[in-house]
Amino acid sequence: MKLKRTLLGCTMMLGMAALGAGTPASANDELQKLQGDANQWVMPTGNYANQRYSTLDQITAANASKLHPVWSFSTGVLRGHEGGPLVIGNTMYVHTPFPNNVFALDLNDNGKIIWKYEPRQDPSVIAVMCCDTVNRGVAYGDGKIILNQADATTVALDAKSGKELWHVKNGDPAKGETMTMAPMIVKDKVYVGISGGEFGTQGRLTAYNLKDGSLAWNAYSVGPDEQLLVDPVKTTNMGKPIGKDSSVSTWQGDQWKTGGGSTWGWYSYDPATNLIYYGTGNPSTWNPVQRPGDNKWSMTIFARDADTGMAKWVYQMTPHDEWDYDGINEMILADIPVKGKMTKALVHFDRNGFGYTLNRETGELLVAEKYDPAVNWATHVDMQTGRPQVVAQYSTQAQGEDKNSRNICPAALGSKDQQPAAFSPKTGVFYVPTNHVCMDYEPFKVSYTAGQPYVGATLSMYPPKGENNLGNFIAWDAGQGKILWSNPEPFSVWSGALATAGDIVFYGTLDGYLKAVDSKSGKELYKYKTPSGIIGNVTTYTHNGKQYIAVLSGVGGWAGIGMAAGLGNDTDGLGAVGAYKQLSNYTQLGGVMTVFGLD
Amino acid sequence: MRYKSLLALSGLIGIGAVSAIAGSSGAKAENDPVYVVQEGHVDQHTFNGYRRYGESCHRCHGPDGAGSSYAPSLTESLKHLSYEDFTNVIVNGRQNVTKSQNNVMPAFGTTEDVVLYIDDIYGYLKARSDERLPRGRPKRIGDDS
Repeated sequence: MKLKRTLLGCTMMLGMAALGAGTPASANDELQKLQGDANQWVMPTGNYANQRYSTLDQITAANASKLHPVWSFSTGVLRGHEGGPLVIGNTMYVHTPFPNNVFALDLNDNGKIIWKYEPRQDPSVIAVMCCDTVNRGVAYGDGKIILNQADATTVALDAKSGKELWHVKNGDPAKGETMTMAPMIVKDKVYVGISGGEFGTQGRLTAYNLKDGSLAWNAYSVGPDEQLLVDPVKTTNMGKPIGKDSSVSTWQGDQWKTGGGSTWGWYSYDPATNLIYYGTGNPSTWNPVQRPGDNKWSMTIFARDADTGMAKWVYQMTPHDEWDYDGINEMILADIPVKGKMTKALVHFDRNGFGYTLNRETGELLVAEKYDPAVNWATHVDMQTGRPQVVAQYSTQAQGEDKNSRNICPAALGSKDQQPAAFSPKTGVFYVPTNHVCMDYEPFKVSYTAGQPYVGATLSMYPPKGENNLGNFIAWDAGQGKILWSNPEPFSVWSGALATAGDIVFYGTLDGYLKAVDSKSGKELYKYKTPSGIIGNVTTYTHNGKQYIAVLSGVGGWAGIGMAAGLGNDTDGLGAVGAYKQLSNYTQLGGVMTVFGLD
Repeated sequence: MRYKSLLALSGLIGIGAVSAIAGSSGAKAENDPVYVVQEGHVDQHTFNGYRRYGESCHRCHGPDGAGSSYAPSLTESLKHLSYEDFTNVIVNGRQNVTKSQNNVMPAFGTTEDVVLYIDDIYGYLKARSDERLPRGRPKRIGDDS
């Protein structure tokens, strides 16, 4: 400890000396600049707006067919590889699922390993991770690499040497609190979330000071106002003040204490509003009958002040969730025409199957339309109240405990899960990797025990009636709420997309293909079968003036649960037997990063 | 205790878990729990096993005990694993953490939703393993269709 303190002291002094002023180094200024440099990929989301778009245009729709792998790197880890690498200068940073190793690779020396960080974690945490031991990547800022370990420890590493600078305990795995999400850095803070919605955790967003890992603030998703960081008068929902006790009044007794609302998705930031945007997950348990009320603010989009954490506005997409439609999917910030009017928009493809467009300054709901025609649990979203109009037949609350509600679309996986979409300012179009899966859902009573599953529902999943593709890759007009084109895929598309100025969109497939398609038509331009199924996100950067595409393969995650063994049987006549293709017939485990280029 | 009467029942309706395991390493002991499958419908214990499986096992071992990319298929495991070994792993957990493997089965010894119904879970998975039950939600004896 003593040594660390002295070192920290030194670093601080040096930092201040370099700035020549008493103000703390602002990673934001550096990151603001870096995120605009298409030669690098400095944050997991591409840029603060979460657009996953690159202005690089050496690889184009005309020459994409000549793409080929130029080098690859085995991570040495078998399980599901989500997220993607960062590229800072001539160094690439690659992360792995548990044990959460981080590699710094020298792009000037054929990917030689500059350093490797190998955390020591108690493996018992593996057993309390919801859906595989995935990790969605590291963040960079102020010369540090920030890693969220599975055991809910956030670690800062020196980007040059890989030496640990500080670490902080952000949760307790003994209560089912784990971490999978990629941190975000804004100014002098790093924002992290917590997983554990299936273990009854009390979800929260936490800001740590980037300098030394000390706590700045916690902002809970559910609980009393002082824990939520809300102002009953100034914080709004659908344009109105949220009022006192907006969360606790929507739970029975103190159920909010184990109420979920975890925060494991991708975060975004708008420097103009100084707001950070993210979504919260399912209320715990999955049995809706056990937790009457709207269960606020689970399933909610939050806009919070980046400095203070105070919420400016909230919008709950799925009040009183009955299907496990976590609201954690990414918020994409884009200035687009919405119904003819240029708008500072926030676009969000929710697990519940609706594509939402909101005014990101005010939280006003502008568009809410289904982005998969199979979605049936609600007819529409009432634009006055913001509430989905639930169909009784598919309401697991209305059907009740111990009743099997059938043919609900989408399944609990959602029409899309965490796999992030891309937005091209050039085409004005959103490119969305989707799931095309329905389910039967039967809630039943469960009791809460700390650190034990708190699920309370059985479910089985299958493709929509009469269909046999489990996924689609779609182009979406967020101003109108319309699908422009849709490419069917045999399996869920569980890979984050990338759009480029070369008029191409890239994504990976569960059977292992990296695909490049024309951004206007969706026409396939190139595909290559990587060593394993892809649940990672596609990245682009340049090195020595040449553009490259990088993606992690390594099947797993929630996709690896149902898909590895195939989905259910055909005894209920739910479609062709051939639909239930076993993913294990197409791909096996193993983490590899593959880099593609042109000659 | 309830399994004694079930055993008797299974003799009557000609259904049980016994025959399929002869010769496998998981020797069948006399008091091992059994399941009842009657024309595709299951008894309440087996149905409860299905449900408890959904609560505590599904998220790793996949739908219908069929396995996932990171946990074994229990329909396969129960072809070899004895009832005694099965309960031992559930109660005490198991770790296989090496350079290449990161598999951890938690200990459910103090989890009521599991331990109280361990025989039901076993019966359900055994029925699946013996291929007496198809995939999906089983129907209960007395259910209409």
